[in-house]
Amino acid sequence: MTTTIETSPPETVPARRPAGRTAGAATLVLAVAGLAPWLLAPGDPDAIDLAATLRAPSAQHWFGTDEIGRDLYTRIVHGTGQSLTIGLGAAGVALVLAVLLALTATLTPRPVAAAADRVIDVLFAFPTLLLALLLVSVLSPSPRTLVFAVGVGVAPGYARMVRAQLLGVRDSPYVEAATALGHRRRRIVARHVLPNALRPLVAVFALSVGQCVVWASSLSFLGLGVAPPASEWGALLEAGRSYVTVAGWLVVLPGLAIVALAVTATAVGRVLATRLEPGE
Amino acid sequence: MTRTSPETAVPDAPVGDGPTARSGAAARRWAGRVGSAVIVVWGAATAAFLAQIAQPGDRATAVLNLRTGQVQERSPDELAPINAEYGFDRSAPGQYLDYLGGLLRGELGTSYQQHRPVWDVISEQIAPTLALSVTALVLAWVLMLAWVLLTAGRGRVAAGWGSAVDSFLASMPQYWLGVVLLLGFAYGLGLFPVVGGSGPVALVLPALTLALPLAGFLAQSTRTEFERVLEQPFVLSARLRGSGDLAVRLRHVLRHAAFAPLTLTGWALGATISGAVIVETVFTRRGIGRTLVSAVESQDLPIVTGIVVLTAVVYVVINLVLDALYPLIDPRVTP
Repeated sequence: MTTTIETSPPETVPARRPAGRTAGAATLVLAVAGLAPWLLAPGDPDAIDLAATLRAPSAQHWFGTDEIGRDLYTRIVHGTGQSLTIGLGAAGVALVLAVLLALTATLTPRPVAAAADRVIDVLFAFPTLLLALLLVSVLSPSPRTLVFAVGVGVAPGYARMVRAQLLGVRDSPYVEAATALGHRRRRIVARHVLPNALRPLVAVFALSVGQCVVWASSLSFLGLGVAPPASEWGALLEAGRSYVTVAGWLVVLPGLAIVALAVTATAVGRVLATRLEPGE
Repeated sequence: MTRTSPETAVPDAPVGDGPTARSGAAARRWAGRVGSAVIVVWGAATAAFLAQIAQPGDRATAVLNLRTGQVQERSPDELAPINAEYGFDRSAPGQYLDYLGGLLRGELGTSYQQHRPVWDVISEQIAPTLALSVTALVLAWVLMLAWVLLTAGRGRVAAGWGSAVDSFLASMPQYWLGVVLLLGFAYGLGLFPVVGGSGPVALVLPALTLALPLAGFLAQSTRTEFERVLEQPFVLSARLRGSGDLAVRLRHVLRHAAFAPLTLTGWALGATISGAVIVETVFTRRGIGRTLVSAVESQDLPIVTGIVVLTAVVYVVINLVLDALYPLIDPRVTP
């Protein structure tokens, strides 16, 4: 037993580093593409070239061209900003909603808390996409609707997570100790419960950005998100859908960008989660 | 559900902890479960009703415009029969009670566009979606179990690859996977029909598209538990008794490790239904998903809310069935 304890740290610590470094590098690329796309793709994303339509990926057009000869690589890079904004916005909506629901369900007087508990359970019965589609059908499709609908759609899962976190901290020995020492409830909540319960949310936020981008692009793929003239990734997918038989790259490559973003977000979330763990 | 067992007459049962008390407690727990199930469905119905009320603009005008395919102002004379038919002329609480009453009778409302009961529209489309969902769920379990049995607890390299594949699959968007499978196997290799089609062959790629991300997700929760259970003393004692490795994994470890993904089944079936929305679009299949997308596009809310309420009911029923199954799988769980 003792030998495993002694040997485990040198084994696990270096193993974690390359993953963290790759995730960091991918985040940097995404940030540059989002903030200064011209550094990675100097061309005009809307430049039409009718002499080179639906060209397969080549040295000249790395990701090929679309039905009116626009360069797909340039369009993907320039679409990063809008895709990330939607992802960040939806993740923000989701977490704010999740934290509000979870706080109400754990730290308010009984009848209110019980009601909030039920609201979380009811919302969790809706699959994410169905909840988002319900909102889109009421509010009609637009980028703003997309952010709101995806945020509300993923919120119930996070609300359950935050609720469990808050309950764990609320019923923990150190909060009991603080209560026994005679500290005021408000002070205990502010000094002990909230910081400890909400710290893991930094990692959760990173995870949820990836998830939100995937859901938002799913809605766009269905034609219910951002409309095609934009080069947002979901819109690229929807535009490419009609040409999938003759020009598969128009869907596969924007999809790959979304997968890369989702995997990066998950990796960043994992790295943050291990760094933020108090014991490590 | 309320199992008042015949053993209540056992003479030497200790007071307070006897079968009577236990079956009474079980009955109370079941009452609680059914109670919260009813609350979830009621909550879903309320959300569905609020969504219908919240639709901007005059609903009767929307119904007429949807039906005729024109967008124009309508005179009160034209709107009056629509208002009467859908009950839009009643007060909001009245409409709410109407809606709940209808649901109790098994009515989900009337489609704005098709002018037919929502239930008729859904029941026409539900068979292909159900076939897809159930196939995908079974496939996801089979793939997940095979993958976890193969990789969990077999050294660091296998475990690393195992969990890497899990999270890669789990984060894969369904539309993308669907298109890649479609391009690879239907167009590239010509193994499967490209569009629509019926029968089991046409089901393979769509079901796989739903199953792979789900398998990754289920595997994540199984793997952690599987590796924990492998270290337990009872596994060691089973090995000492001479059980082979596969037998230990199947008979002892899996029984514990399958518990966590099983609790996710209600959620997973819901996920396959919402995944069907995307998969049916990618593979141009008939089904609830396509119906839902076109209903969202035309803002035909009764169909959207009907599907949403039905999904909530399915979710709740599955979770009740699972609650009944847990004690059979793990005797330590009280019914």
